[in-house]
Amino acid sequence: MRDTLKIIVTSLLVASLVTLLSCKRETRDFRGNPAGVRSNTVSQSVLQPGSNTPPVKTKNPDEENAYALSEGKRLFDWYNCSGCHAHGGGGMGPPLMDAKWIYGDDPANIYATVAEGRPNGMPSFRQKIPDAQIWQLVGYVRSLSGQVRSDVAPARDDHMRSGEAPAETTPEKPQKSGLPKSAERVP
Amino acid sequence: MRERLKSLRRRSLRLLPLAALCCLLSDCGGGAQSPLSPAGLEAESINRLWWLMFYVCSAVFVLVIAAMLLAVLHARRVRERTAAELTATDKPLLKPAGAQEQRMRAVVIGALAVTVVILFVFLIASFLTGRAVTAPLTSEQNALTIEVTGHQWWWEVRYVDADASRMFTTANEIHIPVGMPVLVKLRSSDVIHSFWVPNLQGKKDLIPGKPAQVWLRADKAGAYRGQCAEFCGMQHAKMAFVVIAEPFEQFDAWRKSQQRTSNAPATAMQQRGQQVFLSAPCIMCHTIRGTQAGAAVAPDLTHLASRNTIAAGTLPNRRDELASWILDSQSIKPGNHMPPNNLSAEDLQALLDYLESLK
Repeated sequence: MRDTLKIIVTSLLVASLVTLLSCKRETRDFRGNPAGVRSNTVSQSVLQPGSNTPPVKTKNPDEENAYALSEGKRLFDWYNCSGCHAHGGGGMGPPLMDAKWIYGDDPANIYATVAEGRPNGMPSFRQKIPDAQIWQLVGYVRSLSGQVRSDVAPARDDHMRSGEAPAETTPEKPQKSGLPKSAERVP
Repeated sequence: MRERLKSLRRRSLRLLPLAALCCLLSDCGGGAQSPLSPAGLEAESINRLWWLMFYVCSAVFVLVIAAMLLAVLHARRVRERTAAELTATDKPLLKPAGAQEQRMRAVVIGALAVTVVILFVFLIASFLTGRAVTAPLTSEQNALTIEVTGHQWWWEVRYVDADASRMFTTANEIHIPVGMPVLVKLRSSDVIHSFWVPNLQGKKDLIPGKPAQVWLRADKAGAYRGQCAEFCGMQHAKMAFVVIAEPFEQFDAWRKSQQRTSNAPATAMQQRGQQVFLSAPCIMCHTIRGTQAGAAVAPDLTHLASRNTIAAGTLPNRRDELASWILDSQSIKPGNHMPPNNLSAEDLQALLDYLESLK
């Protein structure tokens, strides 16, 4: 009887030790070369010539990495994105925490927005912000409307909040193409 | 002969830890980062408190060990005597509680009283020291005021002046005049750091959202190393700075040179270097006064070439170190906020030329 108990306890101990082995620390990439290729093919609009092709879906490895997202969050303030977009609620620039995506919700679209700029005020940051950091920003921007997994999204904010922290945000369903505010007002 | 050698070896082995301790202690004296060689008013009083505690505690330690040894020897003598008496009388011996017992009680009570007195002396001494190191040395208007902001993982240093045009910002290097009271106002931009220059002052924590301040007065000229003393993330160990205490004339000359805007590029290479700086990601984080670069999240580089180290005391400020830092700082200080920069060889050389001209 006692031997059986001993065996059970020992095997449980060994099993828990083995489980510990699987606790791997998330990799933190400091040089900005995450594994996986990012497509830079951008579809700007649902309107296109020729037959209807399905929109390109890009995968941004940074959206799976809590460190990359928190870096994106830091850079959002460092590079003064918050100066126009506030902390997602919008101001001079459009809000980023809602479902409307004027230039598309795909990571490659957001990358293009940051790198190339957009009409009516969004500056171009190509050559100014290193590529890897733009992808981190893209991940953070998408986390604002709950487009990334809640266990990797930043869970707390140091600034005054206009809504929940990205980790608690209820995911918005991205609308295919929003329109700039100026265009909405046209009767 | 062999026996003697063996015992000698055994004895020297026993002495080894003691010798090691002596070596360690001898290293404590002097040095650019040691509370045991105070160079300022506040550090002096901390130092006095330390030696008071050290000598008193050493004396107590020696006395306690001596008393214990005496007790052991005494007990052995008593046991031998008792055994002899037992064999003689064949009866258990009951010790009468007489004069001896009373003497022992007096010793214990005396020791207790002395302990209480010593602890009270320590309490008062440390209270007085605490008061001395936090007391304002002069009024705020008369002091040289420096704002120090802790960042992950470097120190921003801003010299405050009533005249806004005389204010300037530098990083990781604090110059102060000897003998003059300095008020250091502390702030943190991210996590908790701690400002510690052992030769001048005790530690002071920088808690985000809670301004703190310390007073300093250096009485001896010299360069004193400071270090972040509160774990603040990956590169906490590489978050150092230096306080340079110098005669007032020298300090004033330094201050005047720091107040100037940056040198204009003098050569074609330097000119190109400036263009590289302004068109590369450098401009997004750094300031060089007198150019378009005015971001405030990374060290101010207006007079970079005047500083002795780069990256918060991590590297000497030499051309080769600067080059490796610009190209791939992550291999030197992993996790720091400077991204790797992929510059062509000519651009890099031009940029280095320019940065080295920022005297």
